[in-house]
Amino acid sequence: MTDKTIAAISTPAGEGGIGVIRISGRTAITIADRVFKSISGKKLCELDGYTALFGHIYSDDELVDECVATVFLSPKSYTGEDVCELSCHGGGLVLSSVLRAVLQEGASLAEAGEFTKRAFLNGKMDLAEAESVMGLISAKSREELRLQLSAKSGRVSKQISEIEGFLLELSANFAAFSDYPDEDLPELSEDNFKRLLSLAKNGLDALLSTYDSGKVLREGIKTAIVGKPNVGKSTLMNMLSGENRSIVTDIAGTTRDIVENTVNLGGITLLLADTAGIRQTDDKVETVGVELAKERLHTAQLILAVFDTSLPLDKDDEEILSLLSADNTVILLNKSDVGQATSVDQFKSFKTVMVSAKTGDGIGELEKAVKEISGTANLDPSAAVLLNERQLELAKKAHSAVAEAEQLLTSGFTIDAVGVAVDDALSHLYTLDGKRVTNEVADEVFRRFCVGK
Amino acid sequence: MNYFAGNFDVAVIGAGHAGIEAALAAARLGQKTVMFCINLDSVGNMPCNPSIGGTAKGHLVREIDALGGEMGIAADKTTLQSRMLNLGKGPAVHSLRAQIDRKAYTALMKHTVELQQNLILKQAEVVDLFKEDDGWHCVTRLSAEYVSKTVILATGTFLAGKIFVGEANYSGGPDGLFAAEGLSSALRKLGIPLRRFKTGTPARVLKSSINFDELDVQEGDEKIIPFSYRTKTAPENSVVCHISYTNDETKQVILDNIHRSPLYSGVIEGVGPRYCPSIEDKIMRFADKKRHQLFIEPCGADTEEMYLQGMSSSLPEEVQIKIYHSIKGLENVQIMRNAYAIEYDCVNPHLLNASLEFKDHSGLYGAGQFNGSSGYEEAAAQGLIAGINAARKNMGKEPLVLSRSSSYIGTLIDDLVTKGCLDPYRMMTSRSEYRLLLRQDNADERLMPIGFEIGLIDEETYESFLLRKKQKETEIERLRRTTVAPSQEINNRLSALDTTPLTTGIKLAELIKRPEVSYFDLADFDPCRPELPYEVGLKVETEIKYEGYIARQQAQVDDMLRLENKKLKKTTDYSEIDGLRLEAREKLNSVRPENIGQASRISGVSPSDISVLLIWLEKENRQ
Repeated sequence: MTDKTIAAISTPAGEGGIGVIRISGRTAITIADRVFKSISGKKLCELDGYTALFGHIYSDDELVDECVATVFLSPKSYTGEDVCELSCHGGGLVLSSVLRAVLQEGASLAEAGEFTKRAFLNGKMDLAEAESVMGLISAKSREELRLQLSAKSGRVSKQISEIEGFLLELSANFAAFSDYPDEDLPELSEDNFKRLLSLAKNGLDALLSTYDSGKVLREGIKTAIVGKPNVGKSTLMNMLSGENRSIVTDIAGTTRDIVENTVNLGGITLLLADTAGIRQTDDKVETVGVELAKERLHTAQLILAVFDTSLPLDKDDEEILSLLSADNTVILLNKSDVGQATSVDQFKSFKTVMVSAKTGDGIGELEKAVKEISGTANLDPSAAVLLNERQLELAKKAHSAVAEAEQLLTSGFTIDAVGVAVDDALSHLYTLDGKRVTNEVADEVFRRFCVGK
Repeated sequence: MNYFAGNFDVAVIGAGHAGIEAALAAARLGQKTVMFCINLDSVGNMPCNPSIGGTAKGHLVREIDALGGEMGIAADKTTLQSRMLNLGKGPAVHSLRAQIDRKAYTALMKHTVELQQNLILKQAEVVDLFKEDDGWHCVTRLSAEYVSKTVILATGTFLAGKIFVGEANYSGGPDGLFAAEGLSSALRKLGIPLRRFKTGTPARVLKSSINFDELDVQEGDEKIIPFSYRTKTAPENSVVCHISYTNDETKQVILDNIHRSPLYSGVIEGVGPRYCPSIEDKIMRFADKKRHQLFIEPCGADTEEMYLQGMSSSLPEEVQIKIYHSIKGLENVQIMRNAYAIEYDCVNPHLLNASLEFKDHSGLYGAGQFNGSSGYEEAAAQGLIAGINAARKNMGKEPLVLSRSSSYIGTLIDDLVTKGCLDPYRMMTSRSEYRLLLRQDNADERLMPIGFEIGLIDEETYESFLLRKKQKETEIERLRRTTVAPSQEINNRLSALDTTPLTTGIKLAELIKRPEVSYFDLADFDPCRPELPYEVGLKVETEIKYEGYIARQQAQVDDMLRLENKKLKKTTDYSEIDGLRLEAREKLNSVRPENIGQASRISGVSPSDISVLLIWLEKENRQ
């Protein structure tokens, strides 16, 4: 098991300008060399520990990203094994492409907490340290924490129990059928077997479909702040993020690039992008910014559209409005502290709140509106949601075992083989809801860790 | 005043199915062995059903045989009828069951015991048991004092046995034999807590009083597979069984008289087997069921006694008569021996290690119903292991502990010692999580090397096993390599079997993987096929057809073995381990598991407790 070289994104999802892929294991450096080409032409395997090279990551000869690769040699590394850390540009897409390239070259995806587990097993930290690391990586926001708790005691386990119930009934039927061949049992019909299997499968389908909404809470909602110039988008951005990330002036068109930040609004993580004001312009640089902003309108999951409520709506405002959909937009009537030339009624199909980004007035309503629109207000913490890749993996395995059982039954295979598939499905579910111990040393404890530090 | 009766290596108390295997194994391993029996005419007695095997029990017999036990050979020699159960439900649950001539079986077993070197058979009731510096002392009712290094308790239903028939109850063992009266208090004096279990048996009736005309007949298999790998000539069927059903009248008789059942009036305190209920139990618990099935089975070749399987009862004799008379075919039946319930002393098996030795009494072992199991086969399996381990202890060797993944025997003992049991434990295929690996057909592959190494399997048997194994492997290899081309003949055959015809050549092994196609179906299209024993052919088919599932179960076995390789010290004080929940500490201290795998199977020990244990163990190992 320790022979395996593992890799994972070890910076929190969706955050920051830099993301790190960590590779650990005997072949970590070799694998890194296969995806990384340094500017100097030097190979990573020629490096001493604690040194780094600058270069590029390639996947199938295609350039993916710039990268600083840092080499740590065993035992002087986080895990105690050979480790290579690839620091790339943040952003989920780039990082997952890099990770995919690394996995393609022979690394296995690290299980939750596996780096920390290896560190522990290689004597790099004691349990107390391990636990304090665990504290550091604990739930990113309160909402997620509540959701995790509910996964343990709430709907997820209830839903899983229900599925387990179907499979258990099936298993018990098989057992009676096999263990009491001479008994005068009510005829066990294949239809009944199929019915139970399909109930189990539907339950698993429902469970699997919740994974995406879980992801929203875990990784955050891609949110774009849009509006015409100088309505206070950057002020809003800064207010929400509690720092001066965007440069705020009263000169229209100050924000020309897209400024991003991760903020926590009422327990929901927003991956906030402040965009350039959308308006007709001749400024070439600004035009690029405007185009980028419009693009964001399409790719964002949530849009905060800002209007200056102290002034009546103009042509630019109207154009922006025409680009918006009520499904994923919150209208912010900003500068409520200055005056009110527009009213909520003018945006009746939209969810609309009055705010003052400057004073912070209306921020509570904004929170509520965001929650409602993102569906997370309805996302009751007790709703059944699969939380992480591991749970997803197990639910998927259970699903495919059930599908296999169905297929075996249909193709006329004997009951004992069908039973094995059913038991398999059950065992995955038992692992998922923690009713059974399956793995080796400390896996169970360390599973509580997120991937990486 | 006691008189000294001799020194022994192993003393076995009880000569039922557990005792016999224990004594034979110990003696065959060179131990000077004595076996006590209350009545020498009841050695290897079958006081309940005249049959051996059945679902999962058939597996046990094959496993006992593969390890060098006696039950399979004796059963083959006294078989009246044999059936492989569950054909069509898949090889994992195929189970052999044979009707046995019970008197012939008893006589054969007694004779085998008598002929066994190193083994002395004594008619005696052991009434006292205690330990001194020179070993365990077994004192008989007639004041003989035997001293033995190890003792195996295989007391069956004799220990403080009590018979119940309606309002009547009295001290007694099975089949009108005496109960064992003194031993219970000796065990309590040793600090061993005892509890009461109960079981029951139906009436034996006179064959000529049964009207068989309208009853369904149950025939034996055309091709009998013997239990024993050492049986050269398979037995033949000489009898048939019959099937009848209870009806509304039966139900009414029982309902009208249920207050007279000692079970329902509360006179019986013992816990009965859920898996083998009396007829009144079935009627009361499954009120909706219109009828219950019963089997009419001959007790032997030279007796007219017939056994009514499924009709055990503790109702008064006069009610029993009414019950039986309400059933088709039994309208005028004459009861020869009445049905009865029997209550007896036994232990909670969690007092034992997986070697079946008492945790707190070195050199003392338990086997069979004494350990809370039910059934001849379950008893024999434990007897064999207890006998082997008593011998090995005397020889200074490590005990033989079979894993769950190796056998039903391992599963049975692990269940007993890890989980204990609340009612008489019966083996079932569903108790094994590795069913596709633990088939009755491959018991030899799983256990014969162990039997050979221990010294209970002789050279010749082992050689013939190695040959069978080689034949099987070579044949599977050949089938994987051999291609069959599409032809009119084979496609006709495949169509007849309801499977897709061939358009291109295909490996024979691939064809066998189809559920509709058997190894034997393809003989005509496989000119190079070698002449192989029938069982080998079956095994070839099973291993090819179920390859994927077998591999998958093997992977699960490997996972569990990793946990089982994490050994826990018997001396561990779990109350000292921080982080364990209180319940887990108590349970762990009581079971004292051999390894983390076993710990994970204890009820009341949660996955998070196991995590704590793993971390703790890791820390201990580092220090």
